[in-house]
Amino acid sequence: MAAFNLHKFRASQEQIVALIAAMVFIAFAIRVPDFLSASNITALIQNVSVLGILATGMALSVLGRNIDLSMVASMAVSVAWMLVLLNAGVPVGLALLLAVAFSCAVGLINGFLVAYVEVPAIFVTLATAVATYGFGKYCLVASDVNYLPENLKWLAAIATAHPLGVPVPVLLFGLISLAAYLFLRHIREGRFIYAMGDSPLAARTTGVSVRQLIVLQYVLSALIALVAGLLMTMLVVSMNTRIVSSTLVYDVILVVVLGGVSLSGGRGGIKSVVVGTILIGILLNGMTMLNLTYTVQNVIKALILLVALMLDSLINPRDEQTAQQGDI
Amino acid sequence: MATHFSKGLAAAAVFSLAMSGVANVACAAESESPGPAYYEALKGKKVGFVPISMGFDLTQGWMAGMQRQAKELGYEIIVRDPNWSVESGIQAINSLIAEKPDLLIIQNNDARSYNRLVKKALESGIPTIQVQQRVQTVSDAYVGPDWYDIGKRTAGALIAKCGGTTGKSGKVAIVQGAVAAPASILMLQGIEDTLKTDAKIQIVSSQAADWDATKANTITATVLKQHPDLCGVAGFWDVADVGTSSAIREAGLQGKVTLATSGGGKRDASCEKITAGDFTVYHSYNVAGQARDLNSAIKMLLQSKLKPGSAPFALLSPLTMITKENMKPTSCWMLDEIEQAGG
Repeated sequence: MAAFNLHKFRASQEQIVALIAAMVFIAFAIRVPDFLSASNITALIQNVSVLGILATGMALSVLGRNIDLSMVASMAVSVAWMLVLLNAGVPVGLALLLAVAFSCAVGLINGFLVAYVEVPAIFVTLATAVATYGFGKYCLVASDVNYLPENLKWLAAIATAHPLGVPVPVLLFGLISLAAYLFLRHIREGRFIYAMGDSPLAARTTGVSVRQLIVLQYVLSALIALVAGLLMTMLVVSMNTRIVSSTLVYDVILVVVLGGVSLSGGRGGIKSVVVGTILIGILLNGMTMLNLTYTVQNVIKALILLVALMLDSLINPRDEQTAQQGDI
Repeated sequence: MATHFSKGLAAAAVFSLAMSGVANVACAAESESPGPAYYEALKGKKVGFVPISMGFDLTQGWMAGMQRQAKELGYEIIVRDPNWSVESGIQAINSLIAEKPDLLIIQNNDARSYNRLVKKALESGIPTIQVQQRVQTVSDAYVGPDWYDIGKRTAGALIAKCGGTTGKSGKVAIVQGAVAAPASILMLQGIEDTLKTDAKIQIVSSQAADWDATKANTITATVLKQHPDLCGVAGFWDVADVGTSSAIREAGLQGKVTLATSGGGKRDASCEKITAGDFTVYHSYNVAGQARDLNSAIKMLLQSKLKPGSAPFALLSPLTMITKENMKPTSCWMLDEIEQAGG
């Protein structure tokens, strides 16, 4: 049986996804003229850079056995509020500062409720997502669509620049994922996030300040969401808060899980997030170039993602121990 | 006797003449002032309104105009905002039907979801207006654009800039709305039917962007990498096409690639973008005018004694083409203008 032979290859989920990404990439390269042009490759990554940045923030909480479903809401509201302030004539620096303060506040509330009140992360962030959006729509942002004022369009030009031939969104995604990688590898708090994700109790017993760490995690994910939101706004010179009711937050979780970050914490890393993001990018770009219809694109995307997750399940079967790890 | 009789006859004649004069005066008074009956028909009525969401320029503009008239004439508008959720919309319409308003105004998300509800409202004796998009069930009034016509005009603008006589590549991309939305489906038909008439035009890409600026941006950026000689893009909505225009600007092709789009004509979403060179050609269905149409339909239906659904009519929004060259200060609107004097 072919399936049994698969066990001989000990590939991690990250490697499987990388392999599938490579296969899809080659298929498109053969099938689609101009797919391999350097400018298309950077465009391909650029188109998923916002997704990738959000996924990096999400990975930080998931690695610590938490989850942040409020990322998209806090991103949309903080950036939309900033645009409202800019349109009202508030200076750029102050508007940005207030957006940062808003994001920090969302992160702190999430962290406090998860760490100190000990409500499960999935419920806390589900609720704060709704609360953030509701508060934002009621008190801060009257309209869904908020445009960058015409006199500040130079801000948007930053995002469309190509320093050293690399588009700014790609550069930003690279920098943020590199920073997150270094944080998790070489900074004490980063290493502790893995420890906490593996076993919060054991981490606490060995002297890790688990509660502060959880708060830090949520503030980081909210700030990373803000960066993603700013980038998104500079790319399309507007922010539409309707994005909160879209499936974006699930797409983000999908990217995180796809690369091999375990929802039960402690397993996977930033590299796998990058690999997952790039697979989505290749699929979107190639299928758009082939001019496939919307429905066909969705079916193919779903099938390929399913195959990736199935292969992982065949090659790395769940045993009793891994299946019981954590509960979310 | 004879004189008596003739006197009596004359008196009777004078009397009857006088009486008919009085009657004439009374008639004239009635035909001169339709006021009392009109105000009576509208005062204290309840109008239910279920938009897709109250958060964007179209619904805000309509509401501002409708609210102004409602205040003046003393009827009430009950808004139930489903905030982009079809499920919440269905609940909202159902609960409104149960509350038996005198009129219901529904903005559809797609061609199917509210179909049975429109039927149900009519069967429950509630006159129903559908705004902007219509489901299969025809109700008392449709207020909104002729989407097929917008498609035709959008394509016409592209043919003028990219067609056979222009010497350009003729390559055109279509950035659609949502695949299930009647507006998007009809506009696409109008565009395809019209583009066919020019042999030089070639549709190199036709993709759905879900009315979303980020998706429109991604699609356009990819298409421009694949076809750097692209001549034009047919956009479906100004809100999404700020993303399309950003991709064109980023590729350094602003002014070279024609972007034809359409929308409600709010100043920051349309005229400002046309001035900045983001949109080349813009077809406006003018939300301020639509608010007026909605108000007319409301007044007609609240006075009408006809059975709901028995005499359907449409008020199609007149379209204006706006370009940098023909733009006037009055080409677009702002919300406070409608709040003060619109509808």
